[in-house]
Amino acid sequence: MQSTSPAFKDNARDALADQQLQKALQNVKSGFIGKRAKARDRLPEFDDLRDASRDIKNHTLANIDFYLERYEEKVTESGGQVHWAATAEEARAMILKICRDVDARVVTKGKSMISEEIALNAHLEEAGLDVVETDLGEYIIQLRKEAPSHIIAPAVHLTKDQVEADFRHHHKDLPDERPLSEPTQLVAEARQMLRQRYLEADVGITGANFLVAETGTSIIVTNEGNGDLTQTLPKVHIVIASLEKIVPNLEDATTILRVLARSATGQEFSSYTTFSTGPRRAEDPDGPEQYHVVLLDNGRSEMLGSEFQDMLRCIRCGACMNHCPVYHAVGGHAYGWVYPGPMGAVLTPSLIGVDEAGQLPNASTFCGRCEAVCPMRIPLPKMMRHWREREFERHLSPKAVRAGLGFWAFFARRPELYHRIAGWKMRALAAFGRSKGRFDALPFTGGWTKHRDFPAPQGKTFQQLWAEKQTGGGRR
Amino acid sequence: MSGSREQIMATLRRSLKREQPSAEERAQLEARLSAPQPGLIPARGQRPHGEQLDLMEEMLVELSASVVRLRDDAEVPRAVADYLKGENLPPKLRLAPRDDLRDLPWDSQPLLEVAEGIAEEPDTASLTGAFAGIAETGTLMMASGPEAPITLNFLPENHIVVLRASQVVGAYEEAWTRLRQRYGSGVMPRAVNMITGPSRTGDIEQTIQLGAHGPRRLHVILVEDGDAAGGSDRDERQA
Repeated sequence: MQSTSPAFKDNARDALADQQLQKALQNVKSGFIGKRAKARDRLPEFDDLRDASRDIKNHTLANIDFYLERYEEKVTESGGQVHWAATAEEARAMILKICRDVDARVVTKGKSMISEEIALNAHLEEAGLDVVETDLGEYIIQLRKEAPSHIIAPAVHLTKDQVEADFRHHHKDLPDERPLSEPTQLVAEARQMLRQRYLEADVGITGANFLVAETGTSIIVTNEGNGDLTQTLPKVHIVIASLEKIVPNLEDATTILRVLARSATGQEFSSYTTFSTGPRRAEDPDGPEQYHVVLLDNGRSEMLGSEFQDMLRCIRCGACMNHCPVYHAVGGHAYGWVYPGPMGAVLTPSLIGVDEAGQLPNASTFCGRCEAVCPMRIPLPKMMRHWREREFERHLSPKAVRAGLGFWAFFARRPELYHRIAGWKMRALAAFGRSKGRFDALPFTGGWTKHRDFPAPQGKTFQQLWAEKQTGGGRR
Repeated sequence: MSGSREQIMATLRRSLKREQPSAEERAQLEARLSAPQPGLIPARGQRPHGEQLDLMEEMLVELSASVVRLRDDAEVPRAVADYLKGENLPPKLRLAPRDDLRDLPWDSQPLLEVAEGIAEEPDTASLTGAFAGIAETGTLMMASGPEAPITLNFLPENHIVVLRASQVVGAYEEAWTRLRQRYGSGVMPRAVNMITGPSRTGDIEQTIQLGAHGPRRLHVILVEDGDAAGGSDRDERQA
C-alpha cells in the first residue's frame, strides 16, 4: 500500500472538516472506552494478567528463534507447510503461487492486517483472481476501494447511510425498493451476498492472532464467524502471519487471550477463538486439504534488540487508538498507511522508514492514555519520543521546528538569561492581558490562537512562585 | 524459500546477540514446552463445580445464547423439538455423527426430520456435542473430528449444543488438560473452536448485530449427567 503519511497534516485538516467522518468517529469515543472499562472492572485480576502477558511476550521474544523453529517442526508434523518470507514482495509471490498450484479462481479472506501490510489483494487481483473480503467491515471498504481506518473495526469511519448507499450501488441484482436503513437489514444483506462466495472459494486466507510453538497451531479471534467459514470450506487454507505472533504454549496464548477481547471490544471473550492445526485429517468429514503458513518478517527481525523491541509485544487490540484524542479527532486514514493511532505512530516508521512516516510520532499530545490502557504494557509515548529524536538527528524535521528548537536551546543553556527574560515576558503578558484575562492573538503563536485563546499569565514565573513558596515554608 | 528462512534466523540471532541458545537454556525452554504450567487463573474460574454450572448458564444468557437444563439424555429430542417450535423454525435438524446423539430417542419426535453429516446449504439447524464448557466466560469448546464436523458450528443459522455437566470446567486451562489427555501432548485436532455466544458484528456504527456470518442463535442443552450432579460442591478440577 502506497503511504500518504508524509501528508499527515493535510490529511488531518481534511479529516477535521469532513462532517460524515466526524459523525462516525463519535462511535469510537462513545463505544469502545466504556465497554473496555466495564470489562476491566469485572475482572479483578485484569491488571495482573496484563503483567503476565507482557512477561510471556518478553520471554518469547528473547527466545524467538527457538520457538519459531519448534513451531515449524510442529506444523510440518501435523501435515502443514511453513513458508518464510523476508519481505512483503516474497510473501505475495508465495501466496500467489499456492493459489496458482490449485488453479484457484475465487479466494475468500478473513480480516488480516498483515494482508493489508503486504498489499495482497491488489497483487492477487492483478493476477486475475477474484478476491473476496468476508469480514463485514472489510467487505464494505473493499466495495468502496478504501483501506481500513481501524485495526479491529475497519469501517468505523463510515455511517450506516453511507453503507446503505454502497450496498444499493453494488448489489444491483436485489430489488431497488428493499428496506435497507437499519443495521440489521444491512448485516442480513451482506450475509446473503457472501454466503455463496464462501462455497465457491478455492482458497481461504486468514491472518493469525497467535502462533503456538507447542502444537504448531494458528489462532484467529473473530466475532462474525467469517474467518471460520473462510478457512473451513475451501480446499486450501493459507495463514499469513508475522514472526512476533509466536507464543510458547496454549497456556501462554490463554493468558493473553484473557486481556485481548476485554481490551479490544470490552467483550469477556470474542465469539470465536479458533485454533487451527494442519489440514483435515484422513478421517475428517470437512476442513481444508492443504494448510500453509506464510511467516512474514518485513522488518521485524531488525526491531528485535532495538529500542523498538517492545512494539513486538503488540497484539493488535486497538485499545490505544480507541483511547487516543488524536485518533478521535482525525480517524485512521489520516495516518496514511496500514496501522493508525499510537501503535501505528510507532510501528509505521519501523516498517516504512522514518523519512516517510516521521510525521506520525509527532501526532501525539503525550497524554499517555495509550500506554495506560495497553494490555501488553507497551511504552508507546516513550517510543514515539525515540522516533522524534531520530527524526531530529537525521535532519528530517522542518526548518521552522529546528530553528525554534535552536532558539529555545540557546536560552535553555543559559539559565540566568532564561529566567530573566521569562520574568519580563510574564510581567508584560500579565499587564497586557489583564483586562480580558486572555489573548486571541499573539506574535508567533498563530498555531495556538487560531483555534483557542491563550490565557493571560498571572505575572510570575513558575520558578519565582516556587522560590516564594520555599521561603514561605521556611518561615513556618 | 529456505534462503529467506536462513536469512531471517540469522537476523533474529544477530538482534538477540547470540547464536543458538545454550544447552542449559534449551533444556529450560524444552521443559516449558513439554510441561505447560497454568498462568494466573481468575478466581471466577476456580469456584466449586456446582457453582461453575450456574456461572456457565449465567454467562451464556448474558451472551444472548439460551440454555435449558435437563436431568436426562432421553429428554434431549423433546427439548430440541420444543426449541425449534418456540423459535418458529422448521422441524429439521442436521446431527453430528456421534453415537451418543444418534442413539437418543428421536422416535419420540415423529415430526422432527433428523439427518446426519456435515452442514450444507440450506440447513437451518444443527445439533452437536461439545468437548468442554468453560464457565469463566460461558465458552463452548469443540474439537473437530469424524464425530464433530466443523461446518456444523458455523453454517446453519441455529446451533444447538448438548453439553454435559461433567464437561463443564472453570477455566480454559482445565480444558487444555483434558484435550491433552484425549489427543496426547503437543497434538491438536485440525480445529478447536471456542465458541462464546452467537455470531455478532459491530461493524455498522458499532451497534451489535447478531448472526453476521455464523449462527444467529446458540442454544445450549445442559444435561446434568450423574457424574457431577448440579448444585453439589464436588470439585473435580484436575491438578
